[in-house]
Amino acid sequence: MRSARRLSAVTAAAALAVTLAACATSERSDEGEGGAGATGGTFVFGAAGAPDNFDPVFATDGETFRPARQMYDTLVTYKPGTADLEPALATEWTPNADFTEWTFTLREGVKFHDGTDFNAEAVCFNFNRWVNLPNAAAQTQAQYYSDVFEGFASNQTDTTGAPVYNSCTAPDPTTAVIKLNKAKGAFPSAFGLTSLSMSSPAALQQYDADNVQQSGEAFTYPAYATDHPTGTGPFKFESYDRTANVVTLARNDEYWGTKPTIDKLIFKVIPDENARKQELQAGTIDGYDLPSPADWETLKNDGFQVLVRPVFNILYLGINQKNNPALQDLRVRQAIAYATDRESLVRTQLPEGAVVATQFLPETVDGYAADIQALPYDPERAKALLAEAGHSNLTVNFYYPTEVTRPYMPNPTNIFTALQENLRQVGITVNAVPQPWNGGYLDSVSNNGVQDLHLLGWTGDYNDAGNFIQTFFGRPKAEFGLSPDRDQALFSEISAADSTVDPAAHAAAYEQVNRDLMTKYLPAIPLSSSPPALVVRDNISGIVPSPLTDERFLNVVKG
Amino acid sequence: MLRFVLRRLLQVIPTLLLLSLLVFAWLRSLPGGPASAFLGDRATPERIAELNRVLGLDQPVLVQYGRFLGRVLTGDFGVSTITGQPVLTEIGRALPATVELSVAALLIAVLLGIPLGYLAASKRGGPLDISTIIGTLVGVAVPVFFLGYLLKAFFAVELGWFPPSGRQAIALDATDVTGFAVLDGLLTREWDASWDAILHLTLPAITLATIPLAVIVRITRASVLDVMGSDFVRTANSKGLAPGTVRGRHVLRNALLPVSTVIGLQVGLLLAGAVLTEKVFVWGGLGTLLADAITLKDYPRLQALLLLGALVYVLVNLLVDLSYAIIDPRVRLT
Repeated sequence: MRSARRLSAVTAAAALAVTLAACATSERSDEGEGGAGATGGTFVFGAAGAPDNFDPVFATDGETFRPARQMYDTLVTYKPGTADLEPALATEWTPNADFTEWTFTLREGVKFHDGTDFNAEAVCFNFNRWVNLPNAAAQTQAQYYSDVFEGFASNQTDTTGAPVYNSCTAPDPTTAVIKLNKAKGAFPSAFGLTSLSMSSPAALQQYDADNVQQSGEAFTYPAYATDHPTGTGPFKFESYDRTANVVTLARNDEYWGTKPTIDKLIFKVIPDENARKQELQAGTIDGYDLPSPADWETLKNDGFQVLVRPVFNILYLGINQKNNPALQDLRVRQAIAYATDRESLVRTQLPEGAVVATQFLPETVDGYAADIQALPYDPERAKALLAEAGHSNLTVNFYYPTEVTRPYMPNPTNIFTALQENLRQVGITVNAVPQPWNGGYLDSVSNNGVQDLHLLGWTGDYNDAGNFIQTFFGRPKAEFGLSPDRDQALFSEISAADSTVDPAAHAAAYEQVNRDLMTKYLPAIPLSSSPPALVVRDNISGIVPSPLTDERFLNVVKG
Repeated sequence: MLRFVLRRLLQVIPTLLLLSLLVFAWLRSLPGGPASAFLGDRATPERIAELNRVLGLDQPVLVQYGRFLGRVLTGDFGVSTITGQPVLTEIGRALPATVELSVAALLIAVLLGIPLGYLAASKRGGPLDISTIIGTLVGVAVPVFFLGYLLKAFFAVELGWFPPSGRQAIALDATDVTGFAVLDGLLTREWDASWDAILHLTLPAITLATIPLAVIVRITRASVLDVMGSDFVRTANSKGLAPGTVRGRHVLRNALLPVSTVIGLQVGLLLAGAVLTEKVFVWGGLGTLLADAITLKDYPRLQALLLLGALVYVLVNLLVDLSYAIIDPRVRLT
């Protein structure tokens, strides 16, 4: 009886297996690695996170930008390894006298991945698409567009204003003229933003690209953004395996520039930094982004190449003047600056290549004032200033983030500890308030402004002083507790600098803003700029580390 | 029996309702939110407020809950704030990974644990028994993530015997049929894919198996000792039954009753342990989904995962109760 039961179970299982096997056939391609005509193999890069989608205008984070940069081109781009402009889809770009009109001369013979032509009509289609994004869901996702162009044809949210973009005309197939409602210092640099990449108009329409929808507490993206990105770039979208978390791009053999040597470019999502390191050591990936500075030495000793990017970020010690009246006194803020030993902070807590920040801009940005001297470390002077201001017994709530590393702040807790000790030595009592980055920190410091001191920073998007200074201090923000009345002079000065569009005058105006920020206002204390890095195996060449984390993989060669 | 099952199933409904309300309110009481997670450094108060308004997160929690419940009743658990994909699709995609890992771990734990526990009990006080007890203490005490990193550092990075993370090598281009990597390789006769999946599975499965293994060994040992001392075993022995029959049919079968309860409970713990193990080995299953959702405050995904987790837990407990009736003929379910 029992054996009969067992027999029938085995028979059933075998039958099931046979049935399943009958409907399961291998779908492997016969081409082998790299496909037919393979020349350069596959380059596998370990990404720290999954891309949100593949439509650059809806991209907001580095992991989403990275694949987009390989598939798309912009009108102008940044010279590898710098934040300076060079031609891309446009070979020339000229403003009119008052910088409200930009004429782009376009490259000829460029085709999108779907075979359609890239021309002035396509440029206008893209610009008109962006300004006409239809609903609140799409507009809130187009963060960089609304940063640069400030508004949409029909604003669906309260955070956008009058659009900077006016219109686009295409007098002939290789000339596109972009008309703006007002001049802006961000141009022409901002035209190189990955968010402003050129998509195929045919594909945008076919795959319903504008149809971002709010669904419950989240957004859903249309087919264009999830499965059919169509640009002109050196690599074409092949697949995104959401189970294995692998994005596969294939070489675009029709690419207008130098064609990539590698056949396939794979982004394997490995969120854990330690796991990325081990995968590299085990040889299953060829490189990854943001190795922890603590590992740089080991990785180099193991024969890997650590590619350190030029610095393009600022870490600052934020001061909120709202809750603690003592901090409204410039002398107290200066005392805090003299109390912080930034040289030693940079030397002991930040990676090789990090520098002390003398102002709120990295050195490479136009508008950096070379004549500003870093405020020296001078605890005695700090004590004297505190005494003079009558705040020798100052107590501050110092917020710092946990569970996060940022390129400008590899280890917030260590940085906090060093600063806390500096402040203690001049008699300032520090109440430490650690909060998880996504578990309240950003809400506390940026949204609610409950702190006295805090750590935060910024990585630049493009070479424009406004991208830093305007972002930090351009208007009243809960973060610094600047008030519309008391600090109007600062806001006006920044606003004037920002609307000065002649490049030389723009830079000069921002140089003055920087001097005044450090002497007259000191709303925060710039601490440092730190270089993030990427790491690749020793047989990889052709990657130029970019200050904007704008690395292109088209020149990658596997030795 | 049928009435028992039905009644138990009906009890699940109020349990889940209450739980869903608690989960919903608890998540929203935590600091931070999807808006600031989405915006990162670019978060400004205006933008956070705007996103919250667009997403309806500025509404009172009860209003939000009402909407959520309305959608759930139609089978719509919403869309992940991280990926924009329906959470049920995501869970469906990740489930095979976690099931594969948990089943492998459970197999290791049961197939090793019961014989070990039994042997330890039958040689009570001997060297095997003592080393088993010490081993199980260590097994329970060592944190999963620590052991995971240790195994990985030694066997994957140092010796290179196993891959350090993931489920399958990308270069294999393995065909996906069921989502179970080992099984898919067998079904499609891609033997190398199966073998590669087994290699990937080994270290995480061993890591995840340690705690259940230790627990099963100890319970089996205690239970076997208990049963061996009972009257009916003495009777069976004195009747002159062959020792093998006494052990197999009487001792082991009775001793397995508490063991099966523990195995059931371990299923829940396996899911919890899977979160850490999957994180260490970048496994890409439910644990990974959960960990990401917690970091990035993905409310819809967290709600769905916690509710489905609770549902599984309740159902497994029901199955355990039913299994009593099968193993122990004295138990009658009413």
